[in-house]
Amino acid sequence: MKTRKNEIWAAYQKEIADDHYFFARSCIRQNFFPAAENLYINILRNELGKDIFDDARQTTCTGIAYHSGIIPFETIMTVVARQFSLMNEAGYENFVASCVTSFGIYIEVMDTWKHFPETEQKTREALKRATGKTFKIPKNLVHASDVIYKFRKEIAAKAKFRLINQNTREPLKVVDHIGCHYAKIFPQEGIGGAEYPYVLAGLIDEWGGKQVDYPERRHCCGFGFRQYLLKSNRGYSVSNSKKKFDSMQTFKPDLIIANCPGCTFFLDRWQYVIAEMEGKTYGEDGYGIPVLTYEELAGLLLGYDPWDIGLQTHQVTVEPLLDKLGIVYDPEKKYKGRNGEDIGIPENPQVLRCC
Amino acid sequence: MPETLYQKLEKDVRYIEGLKACFNCGICTAICPAAEVSDYDPRVVVDTVQKRDESELEKLLKSDTIWMCGECLSCKTRCPRGNTPGYIIQALRALSIETGLFIESQQGRKQLAIKRTVGDHILKYGYCVYIDEVDTEMYPEQGPVWDWLRQNRESMLERLGTSYNKEQSGTLRNISQESLNDLKKIFDETGGTQRFEKIEKYSSVKAKELNIDFKDGKDNYFKYLYNE
Repeated sequence: MKTRKNEIWAAYQKEIADDHYFFARSCIRQNFFPAAENLYINILRNELGKDIFDDARQTTCTGIAYHSGIIPFETIMTVVARQFSLMNEAGYENFVASCVTSFGIYIEVMDTWKHFPETEQKTREALKRATGKTFKIPKNLVHASDVIYKFRKEIAAKAKFRLINQNTREPLKVVDHIGCHYAKIFPQEGIGGAEYPYVLAGLIDEWGGKQVDYPERRHCCGFGFRQYLLKSNRGYSVSNSKKKFDSMQTFKPDLIIANCPGCTFFLDRWQYVIAEMEGKTYGEDGYGIPVLTYEELAGLLLGYDPWDIGLQTHQVTVEPLLDKLGIVYDPEKKYKGRNGEDIGIPENPQVLRCC
Repeated sequence: MPETLYQKLEKDVRYIEGLKACFNCGICTAICPAAEVSDYDPRVVVDTVQKRDESELEKLLKSDTIWMCGECLSCKTRCPRGNTPGYIIQALRALSIETGLFIESQQGRKQLAIKRTVGDHILKYGYCVYIDEVDTEMYPEQGPVWDWLRQNRESMLERLGTSYNKEQSGTLRNISQESLNDLKKIFDETGGTQRFEKIEKYSSVKAKELNIDFKDGKDNYFKYLYNE
């Protein structure tokens, strides 16, 4: 049921540049879903005809270190300033952050500079002394999922598949999980704000699926930064993800999509851990619920081969979803290396069913 | 007169932005994922700091409490008075390290393990996390697919079109020495290097007190902090 507040936020649209993007990569995505960012760039360049620049000189934004308390705010502000400087040097004005933690960081830093102008001045001086660089603040700064949302209709028009179960002809039930730092820190920076984020729900609606509105929809995945980074503290992380899985299970979701690198990772891997530790699985027939990023879902619907876009690097196997979508795939190709090289296959977990 | 803890805390923009005036409604605690799984109460933290009691502040800086927050910042969205307990926590953690009081709590001491993983990765690789350093002994939840990917990373990462081990743009590229030098110089200029040095220095004192072997990298003190 839609509320008045929901309608107010639905009417709100933030500005998302139309073209010419500087792409800031994510540490977690590059490591744990290593094909996702190239797929994103390919969709923008080849499917949507957009210009997106991938700078070899960029580095981490240091956000994980900042939110874990091991580096000062002054340090991350200056690293952010260096990223802006690279964007300026490359001739771009529109900044696209691949990571939700980074997106929150960039917004937080710019907001701080507005409220405490002396911090911007000090950052400029520090960057100049350290690197000789100067910078201009981006004209437009958005998260990577915002751009997919902006062009969701164009993607739908080119899609070979829709979020429809080919056996039942019913819409697939899709859980959307929005990273906390996408809009909980600065609600006006997220499509739909913090309470009714529409950035992924809009994709589900446009691409033929059905949103799952479960009680813990807005709860954190449980990353917790320093809580996950220490083996001794990881109970925090898995407990919060489990709270979400237990809450969504009643609704029998076919798929989870997330816009945050950490969330995608945790919602995938903690299903494996809960299965192995407690014997509990959340999908059908002993499988987990597949977890995809927004561009992985777009890529599948556009007809990209699931193994070319790295879906074999997810611990929760995606084949049940591919079967529902009617996507034909070659099981033999799944675990092949470069040039079809035979590199063996992963061990099967004891409980979580994998293909 | 040396600065009081409060005088130091009140210089931190995160503290200035985080604390307006709290009327103890407890909405932050109701929404807090940390409060749900541990003995953590952001309302109490905010109420404690707004009382401006120097000895209470010192107790907080020596406690596990300030290390329990997960920095999701759900509290920022919900506070009806515009406070951000998560920002206050950031300022308290910074001051706890600055003053060396972090080694007085079990959770505070663990900052060394984060410095020696994420912190060192940033300056060595230019990434907060990096595939070469993430194994299933330290991160067992990564599971068998990660083990397989990691063991075959040269082949698989090329098959997936990444730039792993290559000097070019793209996923997992080698970050150039020039960019790494920029990061190091930024850390030197902005207090990042000093914070790392403080974490190491105070930790060595605590390790000696606890009679645990302290060198560098994944020494016995690191393993004690990381695992227990």
